[in-house]
Amino acid sequence: MKVKVNGNDQALDKSEVSVAELLAINSVEMPDMVSVQLNGEFVKKENYVNTYLNEADEIDFLYFMGGGRRSA
Amino acid sequence: MLKIPRKIVNAIIEQGKREAPLEACGYLAGEDGVISKHYEMTNVDASEEHFSLDPKEQFAAVKGSRSEGLDILAVYHSHPASPARPSNEDIKLAYDPNIVYVIVSLQEENNAVRAFNIKKGIAKEMTVNVKG
Repeated sequence: MKVKVNGNDQALDKSEVSVAELLAINSVEMPDMVSVQLNGEFVKKENYVNTYLNEADEIDFLYFMGGGRRSA
Repeated sequence: MLKIPRKIVNAIIEQGKREAPLEACGYLAGEDGVISKHYEMTNVDASEEHFSLDPKEQFAAVKGSRSEGLDILAVYHSHPASPARPSNEDIKLAYDPNIVYVIVSLQEENNAVRAFNIKKGIAKEMTVNVKG
């Protein structure tokens, strides 16, 4: 299966790949700290495990960005 | 090394002053370590001591820069009343190992701008070349 990840083509060995698996494939160590859009729609974190990709899907992920002098 | 045009440095300093005492934030986009565009973002924490980017704005900036052939190379934020050094919280929340963290101090003389690679809890300063 071929999908587009963060704008780049990516070939996946398996025919069934979840969002959670895709993040792992892309070396995301803390998936709770990334936001995901699948074909332009946000995927809720609790659905990363049970949301599966389809051929030619476009998936984007980015990390939480924050900081400061105190805890959030 | 991160190269940032003077006009962009001035713009993010002005944003920091405009939004002070709140922390201001945004993305820097470019190619091969050379910044050519900045994206002012909303600090959804609206805090003097903390910032978080809005994921909707993040995706818009990432996709917008991609459409122009640019990459998001750095995230910046202002320290209204402290030096341009990453705080413990900045380091703790630096989850993206591939982005450069730029901090602008409104407290330091000449509004110091410094850049850091932060990986696995360790911040290493990198050279910032302000050009133009």
